[in-house]
Amino acid sequence: MVDDGIVLNALRKVYPLRSGEVMALDGIDLRVQRGAVHGIVGESGAGKSTLIRCVTGLERPTSGSVWVDGEEISAAGERDLRRARRRIGMVFQHVHLFDARTAADNVGYPLRIAKVPAARRRERVAELLELVGLQGRGDSYPAQLSGGQRQRVGIARALAADPSVLLCDEPTSALDAATTRQILRLIRDVRDRIGLTVLIITHEMSVVREVCDSVTLLDRGRVAEHGPLAEVAGRPGTRLARELIPLPPLPAGGAGAGVEVAFAGADTASVFRTIGGLGDGVEVAAGTVETLGGTQAGRLRLDVPADRRDEVLRALRDAGLHAEGGEAR
Amino acid sequence: MSWLTELTSNPAITDRLPEAAVETLLMVGWSALLAALGGLPLGLWLRSSDPGGLRPHRAVNAVLSLVVNVGRSLPFIILAIALIPVTRWLTGSALGWQAAVVPLTVGAIPFYARLAEAAVREVPAGKVEAALLAGASRRQVLAGVLVRESLPGLVSGFTVTVVALVSYSAMAGAIGAGGLGFLAISYGYNRFQWDVMIVCVVLIVLLVQLLQTVGDLVARALDHR
Ligand SMILES: Nc1ncnc2c1ncn2[C@@H]1O[C@H](COP(=O)(O)OP(=O)(O)OP(=O)(O)O)[C@@H](O)[C@H]1O
Ligand SMILES: [Mg+2]
Repeated sequence: MVDDGIVLNALRKVYPLRSGEVMALDGIDLRVQRGAVHGIVGESGAGKSTLIRCVTGLERPTSGSVWVDGEEISAAGERDLRRARRRIGMVFQHVHLFDARTAADNVGYPLRIAKVPAARRRERVAELLELVGLQGRGDSYPAQLSGGQRQRVGIARALAADPSVLLCDEPTSALDAATTRQILRLIRDVRDRIGLTVLIITHEMSVVREVCDSVTLLDRGRVAEHGPLAEVAGRPGTRLARELIPLPPLPAGGAGAGVEVAFAGADTASVFRTIGGLGDGVEVAAGTVETLGGTQAGRLRLDVPADRRDEVLRALRDAGLHAEGGEAR
Repeated sequence: MSWLTELTSNPAITDRLPEAAVETLLMVGWSALLAALGGLPLGLWLRSSDPGGLRPHRAVNAVLSLVVNVGRSLPFIILAIALIPVTRWLTGSALGWQAAVVPLTVGAIPFYARLAEAAVREVPAGKVEAALLAGASRRQVLAGVLVRESLPGLVSGFTVTVVALVSYSAMAGAIGAGGLGFLAISYGYNRFQWDVMIVCVVLIVLLVQLLQTVGDLVARALDHR
């Protein structure tokens, strides 16, 4: 089976501790297709970093397997692993540039390791620095660059050896909002241009909304929710839907029962037409509509007279919308 | 200024002092060089073999650590005396600056190894991982990341080692190694020529000052953080 992209099969990772053990990953199955940008979210300690470290081969799984572009990383010997890693680029939260080397030498480091001749290396480094918008800064040392510039050097270094997979562990959590947007746009551009497979860990839902095609929610080492962005956002009542499309605070007052409507991939206007046709007393109390993965997705909170609750729910579902009755307020 | 004329006409100063100064420089220079050549790999090995190193190995680490600790805990004079047979075998004599290089080196290697280990330990694990993910081998990580990134610390540690060697070389003087230390003891202590001793001490202090200043300058020039 030749499978491009990243495949995790029943991945488990147990860390032994003096007192017992930690189950960091507990049977993860995951498939990220070539060219997709996949987000991994979850609480601190959920196992996100462990997962990405297993993909790089820095961490050996306790059981299960990890495949990158059809090659089994989890079974590779040291030499194979070194070769396989040329196909993997990694961006770290704390960048981890080499302080003793200039930006250009940092970017050129993977090429030096791959024994690319100096002249070709210089060309490629110039190309990469331009790609990340740092032309002319090649001679600067990391200490002379801003946080966002350093992260861009980090991305250029990760891309230097033409990887087919880019792994990012919280690449933007040390950056401000504007810089974050630049970095995410850069990652997306690169994906579009060279068909990179991207795995991106984050704790910011805005990052998921902005760059990801699909997302996995990890919870204590297990996959809790998983799917294309529009799809997970359209499942009302799930954690990802709640966090991807947060509802604004409900206005005070209101009577009757609350009904929650979630939709994704639907035409927003037709959703509102449906709601408008529900008749007397049904009002939108709060709502959010976002563009996710290229389609519209939203969550609405309706105020419904208590005696019409079941009827309204049925009508909404008949119209192809996800709807759930909340508790009466 | 009669003390000055007296000083500059003293044969101990005019004849013996330049010779002794050169002996000290040779003694310190050679043992510093050998200490770096021995101590750096030993320090890297200590770091790599410890848990969290590039190639963890509990037993190797424990043995290395023990050897280094024993080497560092022996008082230099005792080390020098204990090493006399080895020194004779290596240099053909137990006297002279060449002979002193042996115990000085043996004493300085574990000293510098610990300082090098500490300097290399300062390199964050993430940088090592970044290099490994670029496909670097252990050897490439060792030279291109661990040593290169900790160069300022390695130089500072080397400076400390050289300064320690200057003071040990004066001690070696007491057991026949020659050099400024020997001159200071044999004239100042044994023949009550305090002026000779003071001149020697001043020279030693100046030497240490110079070494420290140069060491700091080099470390700073290498530091891009
Ligand atoms: N080297 C290790 N030794 C022992 N336990 C570890 C090790 N690395 C991670 N763990 C444990 O595994 C679990 C998952 O850790 P991991 O770093 O993958 O979490 P995370 O989801 O990345 O969290 P965060 O968002 O805080 O970075 C945690 O309980 C952690 O304590
Ligand atoms: Mg983490």
